[in-house]
Amino acid sequence: MTMRRRGFLGVLAAAGAVVGAPALLGQTKPRVVVIGGGAGGATCARYIAKDSGDAIDVTLVEPSEVYYTCFFSNLYLGGFREFESLGHRYEKLASEHGITLARDMAVAVDRDAGTVTLAGGEVLAYDRLVIAPGIDFVEGSVSGWDLSKAEIMPHAYKAGAQTRLLKAQVEAMPEGGTFCMVAPPNSYRCPPGPYERVSMVAHLLMQRNPSAKILVVDPKEKYSKQALFEEGWQRHYVGMITRIGPDFGGDKVEVRPEAMEVLIDGEVERVDVCNVVPGQRAGAIAQAAGVTDDTGWAPVDPHSTASRADSKVFVLGDASAQGDMPKSGFAANSQAKVAAMVIRAELTDSKAFPAKYSNTCWSLIATDDGVKVGASYEATDEKIASVDSFISRTGEDVELRRATYGESLGWYAGITADIFG
Amino acid sequence: MAGRGAHGLALCLALTGAPGATVLRAAEIGDAERGVEIWAECAGCHEIGPKAENGVGPKLNGVFGRRAAALSDFDYSKSLTRAGRAGLTWTSETLDAYVENPRTFASGTRMSYPGLKDEGKRADLLAFLRGFSDRPRDIPEAEPTARRSVPELPPDILALKGDPAFGEYLAGECQTCHRPDGADDGIPSITQWPEESFVLAMHAYKQKLRPHPVMQMMAGRLAEDEIAALAAYFANLTE
Repeated sequence: MTMRRRGFLGVLAAAGAVVGAPALLGQTKPRVVVIGGGAGGATCARYIAKDSGDAIDVTLVEPSEVYYTCFFSNLYLGGFREFESLGHRYEKLASEHGITLARDMAVAVDRDAGTVTLAGGEVLAYDRLVIAPGIDFVEGSVSGWDLSKAEIMPHAYKAGAQTRLLKAQVEAMPEGGTFCMVAPPNSYRCPPGPYERVSMVAHLLMQRNPSAKILVVDPKEKYSKQALFEEGWQRHYVGMITRIGPDFGGDKVEVRPEAMEVLIDGEVERVDVCNVVPGQRAGAIAQAAGVTDDTGWAPVDPHSTASRADSKVFVLGDASAQGDMPKSGFAANSQAKVAAMVIRAELTDSKAFPAKYSNTCWSLIATDDGVKVGASYEATDEKIASVDSFISRTGEDVELRRATYGESLGWYAGITADIFG
Repeated sequence: MAGRGAHGLALCLALTGAPGATVLRAAEIGDAERGVEIWAECAGCHEIGPKAENGVGPKLNGVFGRRAAALSDFDYSKSLTRAGRAGLTWTSETLDAYVENPRTFASGTRMSYPGLKDEGKRADLLAFLRGFSDRPRDIPEAEPTARRSVPELPPDILALKGDPAFGEYLAGECQTCHRPDGADDGIPSITQWPEESFVLAMHAYKQKLRPHPVMQMMAGRLAEDEIAALAAYFANLTE
């Protein structure tokens, strides 16, 4: 890449001048530590390393060897994708961009000292820290459920073993059985995600177990792409899906995992599979670092994604509270590029440009029936604010929906290459 | 425009109709007049006819019988360059296979075209293309059938010199979907687009002349200097 080479030389020359020369090799360069190897963290690490050449020392802290994307994991549930196609490794980040991979969990951040402590005891010093841990679940969000019950009633909202468990459970449902989803309250990862999942489970059941029923217990009045999903469910899965909103007790739910029961406003429903997607908050390390507020998310400066609590700490993706952007892999990837640009400008003499953000979320409703929603955003002092948006329309023709699905496959290939190299 | 091209072509076939097996082949491939309509799908990137120039894709005058990736003034994908070096020549058979599914035929091609499954339509398209290949002197004296005419942009916008460093930052946003390596499954490649084509395309989205909602939104908020910067960056991006 000719452009990159040019940028690389300029930055190298500058870094030598700015940073000075502490005694040990490897400490001569500014250090960035990135916690979390998902769409936000891995993109940010890659862009800093790629665009600064060798001028910044980047360490990516991520315990998993293989990252399974949450986006598109519903397509695995529907039978449209192999599980392994969701898996991505980090090797290229190391081999092509010189990123150091710390295969461990970050357990503590000392912002005064500028250090991150890993579960294995190692302490990493940073000049800038990027926190991108995704979500954790709010304890007590769904009465009767906690993580210890996830083997019985899976959340499947962090892709991996949970996703496979949920699919196995759906496949093992008795004929005419009931699949229940307890949908999450706002704000949560991937706004259309629960409803795309309902669509994919319906698709699977339609083929294997067409007399089965799907019950969605939802604390929210309305949800993302609602008209599109409802139209699609009517078209493809007539009579299969029932959604109980807050007006009928969808916000008063309790589960009894041992008995496989769901209580909706006191009424007992016996179910065969129960997918509990609980309320969410920023991944635990964000809280440990002291950058979250009482909403459970980490407020950031819209111009840079730097934490409102500490300008040397950046928070990306699901974990951040930034304004109008949804919690999506696309949004995290978009925020990561702004953070990378700002961090490079702060640590080397590369140019700073105004922040720009965008997001598009594709969802699959049935075979070749793809829809999308998207928006572009700009930074105001108060928040990342939506400036323009679009959404697929109801009643679109089959060819357009097919093309939209094809586009989503292209996007998946594109964004995963953009994240993992 | 299409109409004139079609007339010219009918004339061309009539003139060359009598002797020679290859010419008979040409006439038998398909219906060139119907092919004109299919050509509209190609015309976003390719030009053909007397004033044809290379654009996003190479000009297609004389493509029949030409070795793949043979135009010295067009920068082909590695994949097609390799194929040409290995001896791939464009004939009705090879073109038919390529158009049916470009990426099956040449996995690394930058031709962002999903393929044409309908055999009859492919035959019509090839018949149309063939009209510009048999005898260059018979190419009808018409305007090229593909001019990148929309939108009309004042020369100062087209003359803007983009800052590639700015383009590199802005390109991050494009590369969430458009892959820098030129792969184009589901999302077209924009790697190595000529700057002018890039600028015209982005302004066409900005003015909502091109229909795609994501691109209308993305281009809609790009300033002229930002479009120029992106054009400068992508034009020189190597695979």
